[in-house]
Amino acid sequence: MSGHLVLAADPMLAGDIGLVEVALTLAKVVVAFAFLLVAVMLMIWFERKLLGGMHQRFGPTIAGPFGVLQTLADGIKLFFKEDLVPDRSDRFVFKLAPYLSLIPAFLAFAIVPLGGDFNSRGGEVEWWDRVTYLQVADPPVGILLFLAMSSVAVYGVMLAGWSSGSKYPLLGSVRASAQMVSYEAALGLAVASVVLITGGLSTHDMVVAQAAEGYFGIVPRWNIIVTGLVPFIVFAISGTAELNRPPFDLVEAEQELVGGFHTEYSSIRFALFFLAEFMNTITMSAIIVTLFLGGPAGPALVSEIGGVGIAWAWGVVWFFLKLFVLLFCFVWMRATLPRFRYDQLMNLGWKLLIPVALGWFLFLAALEVGRDRDWSTLAVTVVALAVFAAAGLLLARAVRSGRSHPGGTAEQTGEPAGQVEENV
Amino acid sequence: MGYLNGFAVTLRQLFLPRVTTDYRGGFDDSPSDVKRDKPERLHGRHVLNRYDDGMEKCIGCELCAGVCPAQCIYVRGADNDPDDPVAPGERYGYVYEINYLRCIHCDLCVEACPTQAITESKLFEFSFTSRDDAIYTKDELVVDDDGRPRQLPWEDWRDGDDALTSGWMRATSPSGDHRYVGEVAWSGELGYGVRDPEPADAEGASPTGESPGEAG
Repeated sequence: MSGHLVLAADPMLAGDIGLVEVALTLAKVVVAFAFLLVAVMLMIWFERKLLGGMHQRFGPTIAGPFGVLQTLADGIKLFFKEDLVPDRSDRFVFKLAPYLSLIPAFLAFAIVPLGGDFNSRGGEVEWWDRVTYLQVADPPVGILLFLAMSSVAVYGVMLAGWSSGSKYPLLGSVRASAQMVSYEAALGLAVASVVLITGGLSTHDMVVAQAAEGYFGIVPRWNIIVTGLVPFIVFAISGTAELNRPPFDLVEAEQELVGGFHTEYSSIRFALFFLAEFMNTITMSAIIVTLFLGGPAGPALVSEIGGVGIAWAWGVVWFFLKLFVLLFCFVWMRATLPRFRYDQLMNLGWKLLIPVALGWFLFLAALEVGRDRDWSTLAVTVVALAVFAAAGLLLARAVRSGRSHPGGTAEQTGEPAGQVEENV
Repeated sequence: MGYLNGFAVTLRQLFLPRVTTDYRGGFDDSPSDVKRDKPERLHGRHVLNRYDDGMEKCIGCELCAGVCPAQCIYVRGADNDPDDPVAPGERYGYVYEINYLRCIHCDLCVEACPTQAITESKLFEFSFTSRDDAIYTKDELVVDDDGRPRQLPWEDWRDGDDALTSGWMRATSPSGDHRYVGEVAWSGELGYGVRDPEPADAEGASPTGESPGEAG
């Protein structure tokens, strides 16, 4: 390769690029696109059905078998509704915003490995004499693309509220930008732990690393175990906040903000927001599967049928199984947890998730360094715990002190005088 | 782990029997696709009743309009033609309109009516599509010759839905008659007869208690 431009780590794109390569890439794009759309349709139905079950209701029953086509019916209805653009809105931005939240959801999904045989072939499949991965793109920046896209998605929500020229959407979008920006930090730190363990940003490499031989022959080498559960929990919580799903759905808190940022949207533009929301849920679940649950890695129980190798299909099966479990958990959380108050949301993000994610990241880094220099793991752990305890105490004290002096005198907080003196 | 108990609760619900029914509009033959029985005292849309001889009960006194908290009733009374009276007595309801965009089905009009002319049926499925349709006029409200409510094109009825239409139980004294205090009685209706008292009432339980001093 003469230039230093690396299109992707996909082996198919490393050599000459001809018609077949373009066709295969296009086919992958179309399949991923179609999959996401169908998955959204099924996801909305699944969520309504499951929520119904958890409320002891039936959920949709009429359209199609078990109400599967309910989403389609709703979509068609939305298409034919009147498309309103408020008089006082910023028309261009108002029309742009839905696409700003829809397109990042698609793009982020492009880096998710959907299948492939990771046991013996390292996730490669061979179609028409071309060796390729079962993912739309495997850019060298890998997981950073996901972080970038989830940042861009903030603009969709923020601009939608701002351009509506109306109060409630504006409040919703202010909440959205604050919430999504603060949780992105925790999200990034959780991702950093995985990147540290993998030693690379590529999502494909992450899956390859997780597909390696596990512990004691049965426990898989998934990052959820390798990174010690904490990054997974942090990622799952801040991912939910990033999606604006319950219990973090302050952005569209119906009881306070009517519809939140999309109050003024109707017809197909509203449908796009709705689509983007559920697409983001699926993408986020797929990313969690990739980062922490081994992606498509899993045993190929039957490796060929009639001489045709189907080991790669087992990757697809495992991927969807894991995806399904995560989506179930998302719905389950929605059915169970009440919405956070705004200050609780910020406290959780800034005072708990970010410090924990950062601390755990440093701990993992210390273990890595210790492994390189033959330090005792026990010693590293003990020192790290001591540092954590000290830092935690300091942080708690800082928070407490900040609370008793919110930019003013002690009287304003109403705390007993003795306690204030002690804090000073 | 108090936080996590909630997850067990929601998961358990998934396997409990559903509290709603599988009603799909009643167009299916499946045994689950049936309407639930409605509560005895459901407040549906109103009907204007008649006497056995076909005379209208409404005397145009406007008490219902006066008591209506949503101000959805509009009544104008007129003098009866002595040769061809619409209602027994001097006056009858010449105009009678109820605006169902405003009505809250509180039943106060029924309580106020001195002749039990207006009662509420159990019909509640009427999704009109224009404001004109939302205002029910006297022609639409008065029961037909059999004493049954008239079905309007946008009203969804099934067999038996219109049964026991006129019934609203009066635990207070009908027509201001103090002898009826504590007596539970249903207002009579032409097409279906008078409803049986509710079981608790039949055993002599008095929902209002004895308070003769305040009667009348």
